[in-house]
Amino acid sequence: MARFIARRLIGMVLVLFAISVIVFAIFNVIPNSDPAVRMAGKNADAQLIENVTKEWGFDKSLPEQYATTMKKIFTGDLISYSSQLNVDEKIVEGIPQTFSLCIGAAVIWMFFGILFGYLSAIRAGGWLDRVLTVVSVAGISIPVVWLGVILLNFFCYKLELFPASGYVGLTEDPVQWAYHLILPWLTLAFISVGFYSRVLRSNMLDAMNEDYVRTARAKGLSERRVMSRHVLRNSLIPIVTLFGLDFGATLGGGAILTEAVFSLEGIGQYAYEATANLDLPPIMAITLFGAFFIVFFNAVVDVAYAYLDPRVRLGTSAQ
Amino acid sequence: MSAQPLLSVRDLRVGFTTEAGRLQAVNGVSFELAAGEVLAIVGESGSGKSVTAQTILGLTRSPNATIEGSVSLRGAELLDAGEAELRKVRGAEIAMIFQDPMTSLNPVYRVGAQLVEAIRAHDASVSKDAGRKRAIELLDAVGIADAERRVDDYPHEFSGGMRQRAMIAMGLTLEPDVLIADEPTTALDVTIQAQILRLLEDLNRERNLATILITHDLGVVAEMADRVLVMYAGRVVEAGTLDEIFYDPQHPYTWGLLGSLSRLDRPRPRRLPQISGAPPSLLAPPSGCAFRPRCPHEFGKCSSLPGLEARIEDGPDHADRCWLKPAKKRELREVEGRIGLEAPAA
Amino acid sequence: MSAESLVEISNLVKHFPIKKGLLIDREVDQVRAVDDVSLTINRGETLGLVGESGSGKSTLCRAVLQLLTPTSGSVHFEGEEIAGLSRRQMRPFRRQMQMIFQDPYASLNPRKRVGQIVGDPLKLQGVASGGELRGQVQELLERVGLSSEHYNRFPHEFSGGQRQRIGIARAIALKPKLIVADEPVSALDVSIQAQVINLLDDLQDELGLTYLFVAHDIGVVRHISDRIAVMHNGKIVETGSADQVCEQPSDAYTKQLLASVPIPDPRESRARRRRAAAG
Repeated sequence: MARFIARRLIGMVLVLFAISVIVFAIFNVIPNSDPAVRMAGKNADAQLIENVTKEWGFDKSLPEQYATTMKKIFTGDLISYSSQLNVDEKIVEGIPQTFSLCIGAAVIWMFFGILFGYLSAIRAGGWLDRVLTVVSVAGISIPVVWLGVILLNFFCYKLELFPASGYVGLTEDPVQWAYHLILPWLTLAFISVGFYSRVLRSNMLDAMNEDYVRTARAKGLSERRVMSRHVLRNSLIPIVTLFGLDFGATLGGGAILTEAVFSLEGIGQYAYEATANLDLPPIMAITLFGAFFIVFFNAVVDVAYAYLDPRVRLGTSAQ
Repeated sequence: MSAQPLLSVRDLRVGFTTEAGRLQAVNGVSFELAAGEVLAIVGESGSGKSVTAQTILGLTRSPNATIEGSVSLRGAELLDAGEAELRKVRGAEIAMIFQDPMTSLNPVYRVGAQLVEAIRAHDASVSKDAGRKRAIELLDAVGIADAERRVDDYPHEFSGGMRQRAMIAMGLTLEPDVLIADEPTTALDVTIQAQILRLLEDLNRERNLATILITHDLGVVAEMADRVLVMYAGRVVEAGTLDEIFYDPQHPYTWGLLGSLSRLDRPRPRRLPQISGAPPSLLAPPSGCAFRPRCPHEFGKCSSLPGLEARIEDGPDHADRCWLKPAKKRELREVEGRIGLEAPAA
Repeated sequence: MSAESLVEISNLVKHFPIKKGLLIDREVDQVRAVDDVSLTINRGETLGLVGESGSGKSTLCRAVLQLLTPTSGSVHFEGEEIAGLSRRQMRPFRRQMQMIFQDPYASLNPRKRVGQIVGDPLKLQGVASGGELRGQVQELLERVGLSSEHYNRFPHEFSGGQRQRIGIARAIALKPKLIVADEPVSALDVSIQAQVINLLDDLQDELGLTYLFVAHDIGVVRHISDRIAVMHNGKIVETGSADQVCEQPSDAYTKQLLASVPIPDPRESRARRRRAAAG
């Protein structure tokens, strides 16, 4: 176990380092990305640009700039090029929105994903299965942005049932908090419900043909017990691991489009704006923030998998 | 002697509707099992032996299966019993163990937990502790050393032979009267096989546990069985006592099976006797005797299906499905001094 | 080394490392799958290799054919050392040694037609192509008891025994000198096993093949082998003529193995148990 953790920590550091270098390099290769030019404004002359360059240290070598930027991220001094605001502070401000969105959506998609998958499997071939299959495929096929915009248009503007934007803190007013988040949650969850229900259905149908399920029936267990303790339990293992990776990715940046459509002003939206403005510091910081979660959840998933499937226990070997 | 048999199967027919058409897996199988008896069902793939066994416990029920006939346990009919009734029988009165112990145990639960599950499914009042104690007793009874520690192991921590012992222990939890063992040793090494067979024999003797042993291995049959059923293409082609089947076999398929055995205690034959051809497709079985296409002794009458009847005077319980006269059979089955299946010399 | 021997295996070792360590993997122990094995396979003979699961017999087969690189030791094929050769260097030898596998359902590519499966070795080694290739393949199919019509069919259309015949056709396509058969009949029905064994026997006479025949069923091994080697825990514990090993074994493990085989004869079986009980 100690071996596992040690290796994972080192791996995480190396991955984050590699990502930061790549993002930095990409940014400096994109045309029109000279930050001095952008900062100096429309009618800047060469002198102004040169002043800005000197002031912000853009004349230093790239590795030096990289080192400075990285240092600033960790000391909390990083300033955005376009808005002059402190990047780290802005990220911290955006955390409640992003986390509320992602965690809420995750709860919804797992609940419905598992429910639909289970029902589809035990009634495979029947009309319920067919209906749920159509729903799932629709979910996987529909683009997030399109769905978000449609829901926004229909429920907010036409029917005026839900607020179009804005976020209310959980601690301020839980009801309003949920009320503002319902549409974003559904938008983000819809795809995943489709995906997880298909995967669970498929896993369960496979599991139902396994020898140990036959043994369970031969022991005289009730059908319900066979389904839940033997079929479902074993089918959930891959689902749990998929979820871990999925959630990490969502938290790390998968919710960008949803946040943008619903103006939630979370980290995702911040990333969206920074990208539009070719603003490097926030991009660097957010990317690292997201990458951290993805790598972290990768490790969590591996541990969870070992817990769920004893054959994979870390460090134990079969006799 | 007219003691009521423990288990009675009458004219069992099981058919499946598949994409390729209708498949008759079991085509009129009848037999009886007395208390404490060991009945071996011998056959190859497609013979219907596994489907027969699974149908006894209602494990083949499905929308595309047609099941007819009768299976009765101490007079109580099982084939049309409801699920609830059937569940009471499964494990408690008739237990079944399967071929591959590696896949027959759920890999994510501890072995002890799976035994306790069987106990509590039939009697929810049993406490977890009591269940665990019983599990340890059972693992010990089937010869697993250090049962107290082993009860908390996972299946993958057991060796193949130990897993099969654990499966047997699971079958015994509720002290059933019948144990159905479907190819219990096929997946095991020969030294482990010998141990498992010894265990099954002991259990049969000590607990008067009637056993249906399904296998393709005649060596296993010779060691354990009291009576033998030979199945081919969904039907019983010969039924008799162990000695009757081995020393006075009446059906050419049985001769073929006995003939193709390689015996370590006899000199090697020049050429390994074989049965030509292959088992028939159950989707389109041949009319009349199903063995006909592969039988070197077939003649005109074989185009109509022989009934399963006792045809020898002093063998009233020895039945077979072959039209040949007993005297002719004795002549034809002698090949190079042993029993075999070969075309008569021209 | 006599002129008679086709394959000379000397002190062959194949270990699989068990690795542990916090950051860097260190080898802490080994699984000694093949632990110092020396064997001779004579030209034209059938050497039977008997062992239970975990004995290392499958690993030995693969190490001999260089499908696995031996950890140490040597394998001489017709006097030349092949252990540790690179893939390119092994190519000419591959024509002369072929393998038949246990699982007829897994060893044939389900997406290829039978004609292609059997013909591929001929094509790859540049022996024939086009119409001539087709002709040779059809001849091979007939020789193993199938029909030339089966050329265009897919593996799933055949039974286990027939698939094994396809595997045999593929193995003899290049007219090899040595065929390593790893449990070729274990997955087949009893009545079909005899057919395939007889086929292998016939082919050996016709084509002058040498077999390394691996199985866990001693009865089958005894029938087809001239000599038998018994393997246990990576080592060869006994070798000798087939009759000698089966009738007068000298090693304790061999004796235990033979004693465990059930005798398909009720009277003999009862007598044996009475003898064993009497002690």
